[in-house]
Amino acid sequence: MIEDLTFIAQISIKSSVAVLLATVGGIITERGGVLNLGIEGMMLIGALAGFAAGHFTQSPILAVAAGTAAGGLLSLVHAFFTIALRANQVLSGLALTILGTGLANFFGRPLIGQTGVRIRQLPVPGLSDIPVIGEIFFNQSPYAYAAYLLVPLAWVILFRTRAGLVLRAVGEDARSADAAGVDVAFTRTASVFVGGLFAGLAGTYLSLSYTPGWKETMTGGQGWIAIAMIIFCTWNPLLAFFGALLFGGLTALQFFFQATAMDLVPSYILKMLPYLLTIGVLVLVSASSQHRKSAAPADLGVPFHREQ
Amino acid sequence: MIRLEKRAQPLRFKGVVAASWALAITAVLGCLIFAGLGVDPLTAYAAMGKGVFSSFDAFSEVLVKATPLIFTGLAVATAAVMMLWNIGAEGQLVWGGIGAAGAALFLFPGLPAWLLVPLALAASALGGMAWALIAAVLKARLRVNEILTTLLLNYVAIIYMEHLFYGPWRDPAGFGFPGTAQVPEAAQLLRFASTRISIGFPLALLCAVFLYYLLNKSIWGYQVRVIGKEPRAAHYAGFNVTGKILTVMALSGAFAGIAGMVEVCGIHYRLQTGLAAGYGYDGIIVAWLAGLNPLVVPFTAMLLGALFVGGEQLQSVLGLPSTISLILEGTLLFGLFAGQTLAGYTLTISGRSGEAR
Repeated sequence: MIEDLTFIAQISIKSSVAVLLATVGGIITERGGVLNLGIEGMMLIGALAGFAAGHFTQSPILAVAAGTAAGGLLSLVHAFFTIALRANQVLSGLALTILGTGLANFFGRPLIGQTGVRIRQLPVPGLSDIPVIGEIFFNQSPYAYAAYLLVPLAWVILFRTRAGLVLRAVGEDARSADAAGVDVAFTRTASVFVGGLFAGLAGTYLSLSYTPGWKETMTGGQGWIAIAMIIFCTWNPLLAFFGALLFGGLTALQFFFQATAMDLVPSYILKMLPYLLTIGVLVLVSASSQHRKSAAPADLGVPFHREQ
Repeated sequence: MIRLEKRAQPLRFKGVVAASWALAITAVLGCLIFAGLGVDPLTAYAAMGKGVFSSFDAFSEVLVKATPLIFTGLAVATAAVMMLWNIGAEGQLVWGGIGAAGAALFLFPGLPAWLLVPLALAASALGGMAWALIAAVLKARLRVNEILTTLLLNYVAIIYMEHLFYGPWRDPAGFGFPGTAQVPEAAQLLRFASTRISIGFPLALLCAVFLYYLLNKSIWGYQVRVIGKEPRAAHYAGFNVTGKILTVMALSGAFAGIAGMVEVCGIHYRLQTGLAAGYGYDGIIVAWLAGLNPLVVPFTAMLLGALFVGGEQLQSVLGLPSTISLILEGTLLFGLFAGQTLAGYTLTISGRSGEAR
């Protein structure tokens, strides 16, 4: 029983890493006042670029770097169109997902079925020997450890540093921030770019570690689930742990049910659960915040330009 | 320093100008992509053009592809006129397909065509409508973000459809091939001559005209447009916004559902993997490229259809994966944003960065 639960908990964390990283990146972008619905596309591009770089160089470091950079580069397209040209942020994000999917499918065609580098589980010496907890938290891939550090770091930067204050000011009230001498366009571009880096990194986790290899639909909507989780965790990176774990937990249960051949729940219902749960979470958040002020940055999705 | 200034007088044909810019920008970006792949852009465009215009049969495929695209484009446009985002046309299309296949295979298999086709059509419209209403009710009652709900429901719909044709609805005589049995001949849509164009195409055109009149000549349409453009004014005028969310999404879902019916009864003749081919997402591009004008939607749908047919030609002639059309689709939308900026603003390039206005 304890072994089963430990196993499920360990897989839960494993399955939540990509959503967690993408969610934190999305929080940074949205805290700056820009909505980017292109996370799914950036994750796919990150996954492909990471896998391709690993395939050709056999270097895990180059693979992670390439995928992360690819996500960042693609996000700059969104930044240019929404910040410089003031395009509709919803539409531009959707276009980014379509473009990212197209690019990834096109350039990934020859790589389907190929082998690349693989980033395996790496037990932390000492910590992984702690009973149960060590097995759950410290017998993971380096990505999980990176997330343990990056998520609190994102919180510290957002809420305890001057850079974070500037970023939030731009997201809450761009006009006042501008009057106070903040370069709104630059700050927003930076926030979009950082979000892109995180999404790219999340993508490389999928293609290098979680399910090594390249498959056209390998993100399976995790980018969209991340966008829902941003709302769920009220734009707070620390709460993203819980949102991502909800997703990871359901995925782990799915594996567990399949592995132990329990026919209690049909497999197609299990497959639907992460998506249904995400919708349920959105409903819950909306229902509970009906009469309260929304936690969303006030200028989220509002383009800024000085002249008008 | 480049500065954008709003045009004092809006251009007369702003939408046309923006769409033309979009095409021009996509064509140029396409050149860069082809060149980057080591393919002569002119050869590539010539191959695409030849694939589309070389024969009547080739061109007819453009209309075949355009048929579901018109429906999904109308679906997205219907919602977007009220500033609702229906990103779930894909899932609604799938439910339309399930409805049509269910009606034709299991509910009324023995009926003659003149009864079965309208019944399958109604079933598909209802299927798409019901699926869209889930997101609509959540939006109307609890203000749940409809972008995410409609989108996430796509995955749920596709998983359910796969369950049906891998499981209970699988063709017993299909040698294990995933898919339902073929729908009865009476449910198969009439085709024009030797082409694959079905009566779904003229039906799509009719729907476009219908939506145009509904939006522009009815009180319902007037209110929907006001809610989309001036939500505050609509609020003070006492329009029933909640009710409009439901009716608009129901109509939107019905259009997307019918797209599933014309695919199942006009092309595939069964429920199978190829049904969720992305037409729902393409509808977003069709609708916005048309400036949300239902009468323009058929033209932008044909444009996208031509892009797909041309993309297939690139695959067979130059060996480039046909997914290149997806890249061009994405650039088309970004080209539209640039076009809208160019049509709505004037660019001034000045020597020094302007603090002064």
